[in-house]
Amino acid sequence: MCLSIPSKVVKIDKELNMATVDTMGVQRNASLDLMAEDDIKLGDYVLLHIGFIMNKIDEEDALLSIETYKEIIELMNEEDRQMAILEDDECPNRGA
Amino acid sequence: MELELKNLYDDFRDADTIKAFARIIKEDAKKLKNPINIMEVCGGHTHTIMKFGIPQLLPANIKFIHGPGCPVCIMPKERIDHAYVLSMQENVILVTLGDMIKVPGSNGSLQDARSKGADVRFVYSPLECLKIAKENPDAKVIFFAIGFETTTPMTAALLDAVIKQDVKNVFLHINHVTVPEVMKELIDSRDIHVDSYNNKIDAFLGPSHVSVISGSKIYEEFPRDYNRPVVVTGFEPVDVMQGISMIVKQFIEDRCELEIEYKRLVTYDGNKKAQELTEKFFEKGDLFKWRGLGNIPDSGLKLKAEFAQYDAEVIYKEILPLQEIEDHKLCICGDILRGMASPPECTIFGTACKPTSPIGSCMVSSEGACAAYYKYGNLI
Repeated sequence: MCLSIPSKVVKIDKELNMATVDTMGVQRNASLDLMAEDDIKLGDYVLLHIGFIMNKIDEEDALLSIETYKEIIELMNEEDRQMAILEDDECPNRGA
Repeated sequence: MELELKNLYDDFRDADTIKAFARIIKEDAKKLKNPINIMEVCGGHTHTIMKFGIPQLLPANIKFIHGPGCPVCIMPKERIDHAYVLSMQENVILVTLGDMIKVPGSNGSLQDARSKGADVRFVYSPLECLKIAKENPDAKVIFFAIGFETTTPMTAALLDAVIKQDVKNVFLHINHVTVPEVMKELIDSRDIHVDSYNNKIDAFLGPSHVSVISGSKIYEEFPRDYNRPVVVTGFEPVDVMQGISMIVKQFIEDRCELEIEYKRLVTYDGNKKAQELTEKFFEKGDLFKWRGLGNIPDSGLKLKAEFAQYDAEVIYKEILPLQEIEDHKLCICGDILRGMASPPECTIFGTACKPTSPIGSCMVSSEGACAAYYKYGNLI
């Protein structure tokens, strides 16, 4: 019911108030009736649900999240590395 | 870095990120004074949680209660019977969204009505009603409208187009419901049961797409008046893990707030244009009967009286059945939705009640808790 999909706007028909959106290679039409005039532009990433564009995806926030996730993973990797070094220090067979 | 469509899929489903959050949650959960039960209100979240085996990644002191946020699941038999009766009328084309196809009423599902000769059409978008109406000028096209705040503006947009284009043969049967009222019902109803750990909702993962439309503002009262944190969370597995992490942090930091994890799409105010469209055509109904939960005051919407000429419930009042129908005696969906039981505890789960022949509300759609357990249960 609700698993809406991020899509990219590839065409806008102002007369019909419709946009053509690309969802990972699949193109379809979506209504702009729920969006304020001129709010949606070519190249925007949008959320599509039952034939309507519901909202624009905030690129800055999406990128910020992705950056945060990368930092978390790096931090984890660093912790893992530290853990491995510590474990290695405590290895009873060390120097054997 | 420039955003690409691929990022919006891959980066929010990335296995390493999910694992990283699992570790953060596990570490933080060690500091919890008490176990916490998180209700994911929305069926979309239930689906993600089960599909990606998220319960397996969490420590024992964090549990989920699967909420009632699946518009197909909560549709009571009385309303399905309305759709069935309408579809059987001479010269009627009944149109609804695809999810409704196999929901059983007391006479059968809309699929059954179709096999008996009714003209029932399942569409992707409500706007398809306009095309169907123009292609069939002698027929009455009735749109059986379902959904939460997410889909109400789409129904409003359809009616707006019907009026603007002066289409004479489109009518609406409204079954739109609202999320905050059912959340309140679930918190309050807890007090009438034995106050065991199992039926305690400590926090909510707020629905993703309801909030895109309504804004996070609709949940303000939960942290403020009910002492329940709400984190509005996206549907992707990384979103869900981050949402859980944010809830756990609130508990260990002794905070009780409304937060948004799904910032790339949700704001405090939501989609104003969509809200205006909804307000133009709809008002609160007295109550709506939720399958498995019963009557919930103020939780349903109806068309305003000035649009009665488009309201199928007004036009067909004489033929629509009014009697109340009991839920199946053996079905425990009500308890599942209140967080008092889990699907495998039901005696008919997976035997008499399956996705192919659903008896209870939670088995009807893939977003229902029972259907998700049936499909992905081997993961937990």
